Formats: sequence, C-alpha cells, structure tokens
Amino acid sequence: MATGGRRLGRWILLGLVALTVLSLLAGIVIGPVTIPVRDAFASLLGDETASTVHRVIVRQIRLPRVLLGLLVGSALAVSGVAMQGLFRNPLASPYVLGIASGASTGAALAILFAAGSTYLLPLGAFVGAAAAVAVVYGLARGRDRRTSIFTLILAGVAVGALFSAVTSFLIFLSSGGEKLSDVLFWIMGGLGRAGWPSVAILAPIVAVGIGGVVVLARDLNALSLGEEGAFHVGVNPDALYRWLLVLTTVLTAAAVAMAGTIGFIGLVIPHVMRLLVGPDHRRLIPVSALAGGCFLVWSDVAARTVLAPAELPVGVITAFLGAPFFLYLLKTRGARL
Amino acid sequence: MRIEVRNVSFAYDDRTPALRGVRLDVRSGESVALIGPNGSGKSTLLKVVSGVLRPDMGAVQIDETSVGELSARRRARSLAMVEQERPMGFDFTVREVVAMGRIPYRGRFAREARSDRRAVDRAMDLADIRELADRSIRAVSGGERQRVFLGMALAQEPDVLLLDEPTTHLDLRHQVGFMSIVRERACAGMTVLIAIHDLTLAAQATDRIALMSEGRIVVTGIAGDVLTASNVRSVFGVDAVVGAHPELGTTYVLPTLTRRAE
Repeated sequence: MATGGRRLGRWILLGLVALTVLSLLAGIVIGPVTIPVRDAFASLLGDETASTVHRVIVRQIRLPRVLLGLLVGSALAVSGVAMQGLFRNPLASPYVLGIASGASTGAALAILFAAGSTYLLPLGAFVGAAAAVAVVYGLARGRDRRTSIFTLILAGVAVGALFSAVTSFLIFLSSGGEKLSDVLFWIMGGLGRAGWPSVAILAPIVAVGIGGVVVLARDLNALSLGEEGAFHVGVNPDALYRWLLVLTTVLTAAAVAMAGTIGFIGLVIPHVMRLLVGPDHRRLIPVSALAGGCFLVWSDVAARTVLAPAELPVGVITAFLGAPFFLYLLKTRGARL
Repeated sequence: MRIEVRNVSFAYDDRTPALRGVRLDVRSGESVALIGPNGSGKSTLLKVVSGVLRPDMGAVQIDETSVGELSARRRARSLAMVEQERPMGFDFTVREVVAMGRIPYRGRFAREARSDRRAVDRAMDLADIRELADRSIRAVSGGERQRVFLGMALAQEPDVLLLDEPTTHLDLRHQVGFMSIVRERACAGMTVLIAIHDLTLAAQATDRIALMSEGRIVVTGIAGDVLTASNVRSVFGVDAVVGAHPELGTTYVLPTLTRRAE
C-alpha cells in the first residue's frame, strides 16, 4: 500500500493537468449565463464569432476569475504542504501562523477606513498578514538565534487570537451597514474581486513562491527526520525554516489579499495528495498545486451557481466540502495521517 | 578519519557546564564507546563532534579540519549519526528513508544515479533491512526502525559513524543485532564513536572505552582496564562483578541490586 499509489504518481500528475484544463473550461462555461463551449473557445482564441456579450463575459469576467482561482488554490495548497512539512504535522495549515487573522485585520481596516480604493484592500490584507507572521517569527526566535517550532505554533495561535480580537472590535465599531457585510464577505473568502490586475499581480508571486518551495522539496523530505536528522544529511534546519516562512507567508498573504481567507484548501488538499502520491515533496508539491487550483475553481463554480444569481462566499463551499471529507479521512485513516 | 576533541567545554545555560575540558582522540578506523551515567555528557559530546552544537571553548577536528568549518555537504559525507530516537512525521517507505542518506551526494533535482542506487542497496544489506524496503517507516518495529536509520547513515558512506544510545529502547535480540552490525562496520575500518549504556556490549563491540562523569572523560583505555569494579562503583555508584567472558575473553559487567537499609 505504501508504494502502490507512488508508481501511479506520473499518471496522477498527468490526470491533474488534464483536470486543470477541464476546470479552466468549466469555470468559463458554467455560471449564471451559460456560455456555449464553441463560443468559449472562440472567445479564448481571439476569434470574433461569439456574441459580444459572451466575449466580454469570457474575457473580462470568467477567464480572470478562473485564473485567479487556480492561482489562489495552488498557492494555498502549496503553502499547506510547506507548513505541514515544516511542522512535521499533518494538521498544520497555511493559517497556523496567524496569517488569516492578520490579513483580516488589515482588510477590515482598509474597508472601514479607506473606502473606495481598489488597491488598499489587498495591500492592507497583505501587510496585516506579513505583520502577524513577523510578530510570530520574532517571538519564536530564541536568543541563540534558533527557531523553536513549538514556540512558533503557540505564538501563531496567540497572535492569531489577538488579531481576531482586533478585527471583532473593528466590526463592532462599524455598527453594521454595508461596510460590515463587506468585511464579513471578505473574511469568508471569494473570487468576486477577480480581474486582470489581480491575476497579473498574483501570477508572478505564485510562480516564484511555488518555485521556491519546489527548490526546497528535498530539504522538506529530510526535515521529516527531525531537525537533527536533517542536519546530519547536510540540511541546515534554521535556514530552511527561514526560507519556508518567507515563501509561505508571501504565497498565503498574496492569495488571501486577493481572495480573502478561504479555508480548508491548505489543510485538505496536501492530505489527499499525500495519500495518493506518498509523502515525497518532490511529487507532492506539483500535484498539490494543481489539485488546489482545480478544487478552488470547482468550488467557485458551485458558489456562483448554487444560489444564482446570488453568489455564496467560496470559503463556505470549500469548508462545506472540505470539513466532512477531512473528518472522513480522520475517521478512516486517523492513525496513518 | 581521525577525530580529535581538544579541550572542549560546553554549557546549555550559564549555570551548569555539560562538558568541562574534554579531550579525546579517536584514531582512523578505531571504535570507541562513550560510557557514563545519565547527564555525564555523552550525548552532548556527540552533538559537539557532529557539529550540532558549537563548543564554547576548544575545538573538534576531523582530519585537521574543524567540524564547524566543514561545508554542510562535506560534513554529511564524512559524518553520519544515529540517535536514540528520531521522529518520522510522514509515511515514507524504508527504502525512501535510506535513500535520504544520499542527499549529500545528489543535486536537488537529480534523479537517483546508479552510484546512489548501489549505495542504498548496499546499506540496506549491511543493515539487514532488505526485506523491509517497501514497508512504511511507521509500520516497522522499534528495533527495525533503528536499523533503518543505521542503514540511512551507512548510505551516507561516512568515514565516521556516530551513535547516540542507539539501542536503548530495543529488546535483547535487536540490541545484539544492531551492535553486531556496528562492530562489523568498525572491523571493516569505519571510525566509530558510540554512546551506550550496556557496558558488556560496549566491551564486545569496540576497541576502546572512554568513561565519562560530570562532563569529563575520567579514564580511557581497553575495556579490561576501564571496566573495573572500582570504576563502576565510583562513577555509577553501583556494585558490580566484573569478569572475562568464558569464550570470547571480553569483559563483562554484572551489576548487583542494592538493598536499602530499613
């Protein structure tokens, strides 16, 4: 069993590439307005045969939205892999270090006090997320300049709680109204703010971030032997921690800044992929990136269609699908997780 | 490779020094057992030798180069370590774990080269874990797992093998199996430094014994000279009968339970 899925690794990777293409197409075709597949292709390929409405929907709304979904989903999934590898614990998620809470506070500040600016919201969220991690890392770094994994987790919980309290306080101050629902909607996460600018900003960040984690894949494998185990095969655990924290913070913060705090992708996708292809990070990272992207695109399709024309926050869908599945995994393979 | 521990002192915090001016020479191809009570500094000394800890004073030299000055890769090609326990967070197979011993030889993205495959296969044969290859590291027994980590260390093709109480949690059969492999490697010319609690096994498996107490090496020498009833009493506070194995002639130590005065 331990190796059964691994021989299939290449096929799983190919299958996920195919699924990604399919998801891209499905995300474009499915929605409140159904686009005929022929029109979708025509619009994508720059052919002018589709109706203007369809062309605009495909090029200006759906395509950037699907691409944003792929980027955000893969960023969260790869951050999840990195965090679980860093903490050597399958229960870690990209949000362990208080990123989600920090981003929420930043976003709430931007929404409540700087209305109207498109760029201030993602900027505020990014700064909030980075600030939370900086505080956590600062606390976990001992006088001997070594990082304690244990303190890192505890500080993450505490700092997260602190930022959540600030966010709650801000929400309380806002005394209801449209801004309040803006904040709550943002916190629940969604791709509604997608557009070409957000795709253009996020794409290079995600590419560099995932590329960086891929470079560290071998070191992540070694880290599963513990800090000293990794050290003895020539991996410096402190440098590895530092790089992983920087990369996951940038990946997660950028994703969250564009799409809010979407939960469960970073927790569940790495698990499922580990069950499918085994724990070797050199395989796990690419398949998780693809699977995370696909999962978010399909969740977003569901969010747009379930109560159409109203749109659900996609975080509701990912949690709705992810949580029971996670519980099922815990129940059936608990000991092996 | 020759290990030279020169006057090494180390303290985890300001109050209690764990090592106080330790000197030790391990010649190339020699095997030395570190014995002594809990807290006498055996593990700390191994951590300093392996480069995990930097000494506050003094230096550890491996063939004239200070351990701290070796690049991580060179260090990992020269020194391998097996600890008492190692966490294994994920479900790697035994072979995948052993193959991690090749990390210091492989590029980040390099596929397993023929030399890597050969080294891994050989290490698995040496550590007697061939038939476990496809099992999950988390599904094998504690004794097998220690052999897997020994196999991983051997896959590093190190000149020096460091072992920190590797058999402490093992049953008798696995202790003997593990130490037999260590002795084989020592006889094959690997330099071995091992911290171990079982004095009788230490005497059988190694060339020389270094007795530690309170952060110092009290005495070093061949087992017959170091493992005396008076040394055991003064360092461990235990009465013991010491003798020579009737067949092998190696020293054995039989501790005697104490009866407390009522």
